Amino acid sequence: MSTIPDDQLVRPGGSGWTSEHLLGLEDLSSEEITAILDQAAEFKSCSLENNTKLDLLSGTVVANLFFEPSTRTRTSFSLAAKRLSADTIDFTASGSSLSKGETFIDTARNIEAMGASLVVMRHKSPGAPHLLARRVGAAVLNAGDGTHEHPTQALLDLFTIREKRGSFEGLTVTLVGDILHSRVARSNIWGLKKLGARVIVCGPSTLIPPRIEELGVEVSHRLDDVLAETDCINLLRIQFERQRGAFFPSIREYTHFYGMNAQRLKAARDDVMILAPGPINRGVELTPEVADGPHSVILDQVTNGLAVRMACLYLLHERKKTGVGQ
Amino acid sequence: MTTTVIRGGRVIDLVEGRDELADVWMVDGVFSQPTSGPVDRDVNAEGMIVCPGFIETQAKLQESGWEEGETIATATAAAVAGGVTSLACLPETVPVVDNRAAVEFIRRQAERTGSCHVFPLGAVTKNRDGEELAEIGQLVEGGAVALTDGKRPIANAEIMRRSLEYSRMFGRRIFDHPQVPELSVGGVMHEGLYSTLLGLRGIPAAAEEIFVARDVALAELTGGSVHLMTISTAASVDLVRRARGRGVDVTASVAPHHLVLTDAELQTFDSNCKVDPPLRSREHVEALMEGLADGTIEAICSDHRPVPSEEKDLELDAAPFGIVGLETMLPLCVRALIDSECLGWPQLIGLLTSGPAGVLGIDRGSLAEGRVGDVVVIDPGAEWTIDPTQFRSRCCNSPFGGWQVRGRVEAVFVAGDMAYSREVGA
Repeated sequence: MSTIPDDQLVRPGGSGWTSEHLLGLEDLSSEEITAILDQAAEFKSCSLENNTKLDLLSGTVVANLFFEPSTRTRTSFSLAAKRLSADTIDFTASGSSLSKGETFIDTARNIEAMGASLVVMRHKSPGAPHLLARRVGAAVLNAGDGTHEHPTQALLDLFTIREKRGSFEGLTVTLVGDILHSRVARSNIWGLKKLGARVIVCGPSTLIPPRIEELGVEVSHRLDDVLAETDCINLLRIQFERQRGAFFPSIREYTHFYGMNAQRLKAARDDVMILAPGPINRGVELTPEVADGPHSVILDQVTNGLAVRMACLYLLHERKKTGVGQ
Repeated sequence: MTTTVIRGGRVIDLVEGRDELADVWMVDGVFSQPTSGPVDRDVNAEGMIVCPGFIETQAKLQESGWEEGETIATATAAAVAGGVTSLACLPETVPVVDNRAAVEFIRRQAERTGSCHVFPLGAVTKNRDGEELAEIGQLVEGGAVALTDGKRPIANAEIMRRSLEYSRMFGRRIFDHPQVPELSVGGVMHEGLYSTLLGLRGIPAAAEEIFVARDVALAELTGGSVHLMTISTAASVDLVRRARGRGVDVTASVAPHHLVLTDAELQTFDSNCKVDPPLRSREHVEALMEGLADGTIEAICSDHRPVPSEEKDLELDAAPFGIVGLETMLPLCVRALIDSECLGWPQLIGLLTSGPAGVLGIDRGSLAEGRVGDVVVIDPGAEWTIDPTQFRSRCCNSPFGGWQVRGRVEAVFVAGDMAYSREVGA
């Protein structure tokens, strides 16, 4: 265990971080987003790269409440908390009293009564973390609420892009696939627009929600048309579990128009960056040679996710401790 | 002989074409000429509006089956506090009001425990399943004033056609909740910019409009009478306007919450804003106001739907639809329609009295001599703050808590007896 040098810590208030909760990127200012990315960069270099645990959250209890299946986000949050020396409670819906009819708010309040001051929550309903934030004293981190937002996923996407490209000015990011059911898309749109990137959403017209242009994005239905102008491609997973009825005729047809394969990679820019929030459907959104190829940053995203989640936990913890911003 | 006189108010009665300063007399429960005998109750209504009691076309009373949420006693107590003296109740009960005994139970229970007149609505189909016609004739003989499957749209066009044809012979109207189920399934709010922002499943305006067009066509085909319950979109208003223009027997209502709130409200994720049909966007709200102003829509109803807090206080996906509306109907209408100068008081009173009486086909909504003495006394200028914890309804699922509003019910008479007085609190 080691201590991070004091001058490397982004201090709440002084950094521009003021929010009590992290519910979505829609609510954050560009300063707040930058504060998280800066803090995450510090944690990446002083903790992750030399495999060092920091004692910034020792004595703090972080509850991970996952009311919807998740492997990587839950693991990432859990590990991020442990890297900061917090104690963690991992709670998943299947092994809980939810099956006995308890509401998620009651569950969260019980866990808060056990001393948790940071609550990470994933839930299938949009707005569930917002409801929780009004009911508990703990700081709430949204780890994905239905098809609404997934702020830490977008933050790690932003972090990965910034790390490779330095800035968002003049950058075009194309989000490909199921925009309608994607919380990752919504959070990415808010974050990317706030930091100055150009955003294209590309997918079948049945999976593009109405009036999305009003969020400041461009809409395309042909991946081949926008490849040449795209710096970063974010391949969203087809959310088979959220779709009702048929949004496209077949996986084969989807892949024909939107699947990222070696041929499309050739048509893309030489330095194109391929992101995917995972879990990926190999052979659907992208072929294995793209997923595992030199343009892919998919595994960097996973590492960066840890740094970003450490930063979010730390900033919310400091905000809560100091009351800055109130 | 019991005599009541309400003196000096601005008396508004659209049926009689009255808008004048006058006294209203009631003898033995009915309106009468001034009498020279002793007066039992003498009410000073100077500065007040005196008009027929309001008529609610579609409240969900919950009894029997869901008494933890509301009973006929609590709903009618809420009704009179909101100025409502006649209330039609949806057959959304357990068991469903799809047989004569169930209708008669509601009437009996209302006589025993109710504070105002209750007019049951019978189900169109057995168990509201949309498959077989209920015994409509028996329901009518038992006292059902109209037929509806409540918030379940009559999805099968053939069933809708037959019900319009069959109910015509009894002179009763079919109330339909216009919404194509295939387009609204799983939806929680209006489909538009805000559903896109919030990632919530939308219910497109077209889901309603297709159904409105279908019901209009079927009413035209059959010569039947249809009532479209709480329409919410611009094209629905237009379809109804044109249908009425060519003589189709179609009526429509609108709920106050659709006039004062838009879909932007869902950004709070407050499940009290989850209603069916959903809150729509501004352009739809404006079209509804135009439809009220030009007479296309002839009734305003509260669409009172009590939901206990333990059921409503959930994530939006899981919470049931509905707002308790009886006690906030008047001030919300004042805000939406009077303060905006969309309507004058006489027009608004018509939408709350004679309009819904016509929809239900009941002999209410007028102060004419010999009619049942249902009166509401309104202080049009009184300002107050809505506090759902003070509602007489058993539930307080309302997004209007804390709203500063204008226009207050001061006293209510049902069949000549004082059923509510704000001062007395009785």
